[in-house]
Amino acid sequence: MKTETMNPVYRKRLFIHRVGIALSFMAMLLGLFFLMWILFTLVIKGVGAINLAIFTQTTPAPGSEGGGLMNAIVGSLLMVGAAVFISTPIGILAGIYLAEYGEVSWFAKITRFVTDIMLSAPSIVIGLFIYAIYVANVKHFSGWAGSFAISLIAIPVVVRTTDNMLNLVPTSLREAAFALGAPRWRVATFVRLRAVKAGVITGVLLAVARISGETAPLLFTALNNQFYSANMNAPMANLPVVIYQFAMSPYDNWRSLAWGGALLITFSVLALNILSRSLFNQKIHN
Amino acid sequence: MTTQTSVDMTNKKTLEIANLNFFYGSFQGLKNINLDIHDKKVTAFIGPSGCGKSTLLRTFNRMYDLYPGQRAEGKIMYHGKNILEPGQDVNMLRAKVGMVFQKPTPFPMSVYDNIAFGVRLYENLPKGEMDERVEWALNKAALWTEVKDKLNKSGLSLSGGQQQRLCIARGVAVKPDVLLLDEPTSALDPISTAKIEELISELKGDYTIAIVTHNMQQAARCSDYTAYMYLGELVEFGETDQIFMNPNKKDTQDYITGRFG
Amino acid sequence: MSASLNTIPAHAMTIDKENSESGIFSKALMATMRKQRLQDFLFHKVTFIFALSVLFVLLGIIASLMIGAWPALKEFGLPFVTSVEWDPVNDQYGAAIAIVGTLATSLIALAIAFPISFGIALFLTEICPAWLKRPLGTAVELLAGVPSIIYGMWGLFVFAPLFSDYIQPALAATLGQLPVIGNLFKGPMMGIGILAAGIILAVMIIPFIASVMRDVFEIVPPVLKESAYALGCTKWEVVRKVVLPYTRIGVVGGVMLGLGRALGETMAITFVIGNAHKLSWSLFSAGNSIASTLANEFAEAESVLHVSSLFALGLILFVITFLVLSAAKLMLMGMSRKEGAK
Repeated sequence: MKTETMNPVYRKRLFIHRVGIALSFMAMLLGLFFLMWILFTLVIKGVGAINLAIFTQTTPAPGSEGGGLMNAIVGSLLMVGAAVFISTPIGILAGIYLAEYGEVSWFAKITRFVTDIMLSAPSIVIGLFIYAIYVANVKHFSGWAGSFAISLIAIPVVVRTTDNMLNLVPTSLREAAFALGAPRWRVATFVRLRAVKAGVITGVLLAVARISGETAPLLFTALNNQFYSANMNAPMANLPVVIYQFAMSPYDNWRSLAWGGALLITFSVLALNILSRSLFNQKIHN
Repeated sequence: MTTQTSVDMTNKKTLEIANLNFFYGSFQGLKNINLDIHDKKVTAFIGPSGCGKSTLLRTFNRMYDLYPGQRAEGKIMYHGKNILEPGQDVNMLRAKVGMVFQKPTPFPMSVYDNIAFGVRLYENLPKGEMDERVEWALNKAALWTEVKDKLNKSGLSLSGGQQQRLCIARGVAVKPDVLLLDEPTSALDPISTAKIEELISELKGDYTIAIVTHNMQQAARCSDYTAYMYLGELVEFGETDQIFMNPNKKDTQDYITGRFG
Repeated sequence: MSASLNTIPAHAMTIDKENSESGIFSKALMATMRKQRLQDFLFHKVTFIFALSVLFVLLGIIASLMIGAWPALKEFGLPFVTSVEWDPVNDQYGAAIAIVGTLATSLIALAIAFPISFGIALFLTEICPAWLKRPLGTAVELLAGVPSIIYGMWGLFVFAPLFSDYIQPALAATLGQLPVIGNLFKGPMMGIGILAAGIILAVMIIPFIASVMRDVFEIVPPVLKESAYALGCTKWEVVRKVVLPYTRIGVVGGVMLGLGRALGETMAITFVIGNAHKLSWSLFSAGNSIASTLANEFAEAESVLHVSSLFALGLILFVITFLVLSAAKLMLMGMSRKEGAK
């Protein structure tokens, strides 16, 4: 081995290899560096705003002191909740269709393709769509419009995860159910879906994480509301839009609240991601 | 427990297979198969990998229907009807022709529900009678004493051999005519294998059994009739004793004596 | 045994020669049979309808965008796409500024993100020690989940000052002095603008592209790599000569997927792009992207033409994104077919 390192051809190859590995390693460090930097910034700037007031007081009027994000937090929770309510059944049923008939039906193949594209579609255009078909017709912004918009973003996530999970069920299990003479719908639900319950729930959690942070689709659907309101049929305060508005403003307390809100959202999203990951891994190992 | 010596050839035939050809797309997996499965007897299918024995078994309950591109031509007569004809109710067929697979496949539910699942498809039993049926099926599979205290535990919590017996119990619980066993002991340890072979000879009294196995000794031990297959063709079929001790064809003899395969 | 066993179908064969359908099946069994057929039929239809709804949404989006954009398209015609006007006061609109801004920021983002994501994906699949793989992989995926508005805020408040104080002067002093491309780096250094937006967008899509590429790299059959190692190849050579050629299509697909995401991104850019309706050669200047224009102006747009022009912008963005994502998906599907073939 020692004699070979004296070989000039090999030495050059080894050098190139080392450079390549080093570059790759640095890329990884760079990625981690940005992650740390952003999270660090978030904590430094946001933690000062995290106190009881942020949860108990409503958004302050321009120029006034103090205030909190209570109405925005409530609004976001309501809209995300409604969106989960809408998107989960639609997503799971559509996902079941894709998994059951996806091999034989050209329609299913097209739907799968389209779903994957919708996963990465511009979310602001979704907001535009809901505006055009709903807000423009009822002539006012509302929490419902916001929910509809973020449901459309959540549905492809749930469909995709359900489809993928169902396809993980081994064929032998499906065949065993068919072999008993079970009709197709029972095999699909009582056997296949049940086998991947945890995975499907993970899909829903991931969808929630995704839509919690979405701002663009809410900009012209739910708009915003300075005061506390639980009326889904009227403009509704929500964290992302409030953060957007407050961050660009000249007021100190507004900016501070914006960072606080950003911190809240980010850590909720990260917690959801970690939770769904550990839930999924736990079930896999069982 | 019936002891079979020489078989009465006027025995009823549960399945009569005639001119059966099977295709995976353009590849022909079975070529002109003709044989009969005798009632309440064990018929074993042996042969090297890829000879078509599992394919043949899976035509008996139209399992291949699940996969587009696979098709069967010919006749399999069961109770006077050709089950290969379109228009047959496949679910019903499968309720009468049950199957146990190579890999134990307990459903993600409790032991009790695993057995009850099949029964509930076609019968509306009150709880007391369902309990009895579950106990009966588990007894038939020689599993009752081991699981009677864990009926509510998940089927996945049992050992490999127990899971396979659970699948047998599940298949038996719906009272089929025929039980198809596709290499039921390949994935099991020797002790579980022995238990299941015992089971097979007990079940024979009530059910017609067709078993695919790559283990020739198992075929010789358990079956009344044996079919030797090679490359999609039925080379020889006859009573087990005759096949193993005095085969008609040289190919059969070569395979059995281990000269190839 | 209890009496119920006698009602079991298989042993209660009523061979009904007159009714050829039933054969060995009793009446009760026929009823169950019919019920099951109905249940399966309903199951198919119900799930089908929900799957159909996904397609309907897509068609609905395209239709509503076209309807909304129609007044503007009718008024301005095809020149709308190339016109650099954007004048709400005089009701004259053109898409060129927004389109250029969208493409410029996305391409800058991709140019920066591609090598870094590539390096990360490579590190995770080939170089990383086994015990580190899971935590680092999770870290990358968590980064991908951070909401884009966070990137926007970080970009405006943390990155932009540093950008204007250090990086922009450095760029102007070096690349800005070169003959042709120097024009890209001229002008006032405000910390915001097209280049800043592009860089922040890059940081945002790095984890996304890295994840996709990592999945693509993992498709390479280990036995292929082992044969190369067995010949004495260094790790880098295995990557260059085995992994890359095998995954070429998938890598391109991953990049296009990232492009598709970048094109539609709103919040990461809107904070720093500057919201200016001018076109300039310099990357330091402020500009606008389609998404940021929509975000800034839609809620307050009043005239019919203004709203309609915004819809037209949305339509253009959706079409471009749809085409890019479709191409990406087709390439990635080609990749997974390769996986099935091995």
